[in-house]
Amino acid sequence: TPAFADTFGLGRPALPEEIAAWDKDVSPDGTGLPEGSGDVFTGEEVFADQCAVCHGDFAEGVGNWPKLAGGMDTLADKDPLKTVGSYWPYLSTTWDYVNRSMPFGNAQSLEPDDVYAIVAYILYSNDLVDDDFVLSNETFSDVVLPNHDGFILDDRMETEHSKWVGEPCMENCKENVEVTMRAMVLDVTPEEVDEADNS
Amino acid sequence: MTEETTGKSRRAFLKGAALTGVGLAAGKAGAATPDPLITEVQPWASGLGDGVDETPYGLPIEFEDDVIRRNVEWLTADTISSINFTPIHALDGTITPQGCAFERHHSGAIELKKEDYRLMINGMVDRPLVFTYADLERFPRENHVYFCECAANTGMEWAGAQLNGAQFTHGMIHNMEYTGVPLRTLLEEAGYDTAGKWVFVEGADASSNGRSIPMEKALDDVLVAFKANGEALRKEHGYPVRLVVPGWEGNMWIKWIRRIEVMDGPVESREETSKYTDTLADGISRKWTWEMDAKSVVTSPSPQSPITHGNGPLVISGLAWSGRGAITRVDVSKDGGKTWETARLAKPGEKMALTRFYLDTEWNGEEMMLQSRAMDDTGYVQPTKAQLREVRGLNSIYHNNCIQTWLVRANGEAENVEVS
Repeated sequence: TPAFADTFGLGRPALPEEIAAWDKDVSPDGTGLPEGSGDVFTGEEVFADQCAVCHGDFAEGVGNWPKLAGGMDTLADKDPLKTVGSYWPYLSTTWDYVNRSMPFGNAQSLEPDDVYAIVAYILYSNDLVDDDFVLSNETFSDVVLPNHDGFILDDRMETEHSKWVGEPCMENCKENVEVTMRAMVLDVTPEEVDEADNS
Repeated sequence: MTEETTGKSRRAFLKGAALTGVGLAAGKAGAATPDPLITEVQPWASGLGDGVDETPYGLPIEFEDDVIRRNVEWLTADTISSINFTPIHALDGTITPQGCAFERHHSGAIELKKEDYRLMINGMVDRPLVFTYADLERFPRENHVYFCECAANTGMEWAGAQLNGAQFTHGMIHNMEYTGVPLRTLLEEAGYDTAGKWVFVEGADASSNGRSIPMEKALDDVLVAFKANGEALRKEHGYPVRLVVPGWEGNMWIKWIRRIEVMDGPVESREETSKYTDTLADGISRKWTWEMDAKSVVTSPSPQSPITHGNGPLVISGLAWSGRGAITRVDVSKDGGKTWETARLAKPGEKMALTRFYLDTEWNGEEMMLQSRAMDDTGYVQPTKAQLREVRGLNSIYHNNCIQTWLVRANGEAENVEVS
């Protein structure tokens, strides 16, 4: 620890209860997980009550709401389906995000055991555990998500920046230029005229 | 009549005049008949305008009511976790008016009073601390202008030309002068452990938007800001306190910031695993793509800002920026990239801030394929979409900094296109 000769003496000590109330983040190794557990069947019930209205009974997603299951081996496809099962690298993120920010509109209303159960059900929906699986702070590290090794560090400096430096072409840079795509063909831009009239 | 009623009836008259087209004739040079706007005494040259008590805090004049944020309904499942767009096609200079600067929320724009505001620093520190808003105002401050660009800006354009307007293709950006306290100052106040290599920062809203930031950046130029463009942050921009992370993707600019934790590893939160990771053609994804690369766009002419004045002098205007440093040069092409002219920078480029460029030209009424190409002080040249796709494929969603093409037709209308 460096010695800071001068501080401003501003702020006041954070109390343990305050830190516990706000510091809820869970790291990939499970640091931050509270004690608790939940099984797939409990998770199915809690999910039906709390989550299925947007995410579907089987975590398959309703309408435009996020799909939490499916899409295995689609990441190199034309339209990849990115879910907890097909894309997310760490189970900790699922636990952490559900615990802090879900359900949408009523966040931080779940007890730890509910979160364990919901996460167990999401794993089951992705065919990653059997229906008798019990997720707890102790079994947490038994689960490795399929896309665990699917991420690399930002490599733009080597793969892009190094190629695209230097004096660019100014004259006779190409022979032909043709329009290959037009936004007006899609016609998905909101109409400005209507908005102005309504205001 | 009181002053107030006079003011109101006069405004009603002007509005009526505008609607019936009076006073809208183009003031063209070489008019054959005298211009009544000059030869006849106009009401504003005779009567009275508004009193100084009319507008304690003003909005733009009604004739500018198209210079507004817009959203695109089909982009997201609802408007709470969603995005809207800055009207960059209608703005000039570099400073974004806060009232039309874009918003991106994950659980809505929350209302957080200064009195209710608390900022915690915990984790690997000697003294975990809680600050009030008033505490933050007592630390030494700095002022800096920076752009905040959403990682997804231009993201809808990966697969092709989709949205017809610079506001929609490039408007997830704003540029403000921030006043705040260096994050380094607060970390020193808490006595951070040098073994802590990361800070995890989260907001007070339900989404929390937690992100991991390497300590090197945290100690370098990150600001804990409470003023923007001279006044308090707008509610939708994080009132009363947000993080400013120069040059880095907008998602990391945590709004309504409530907690900073010094850690020895990254949290790998939802916003840096499920989101804000960039999938390449082989299905492998880049993570921690923090910097926003050099980018530019012609804001006028553009689809929402057509040429209406006919042939002759034309100002081609646009914005350039780089998260890796300062803009040093912008080239403009009128023929889809066959030939390029170097534009004029309104002011020398500033690090990690928007830079305005102009190409003062003559338009002969011929079709143009307008492009701009930014260069920054690392020597990087803004790539074409084809160059980006060659490295990344079509599915990386974020970080699309490709050269944009506007097809300007002989009638002055412009369209978002891709060219070979």
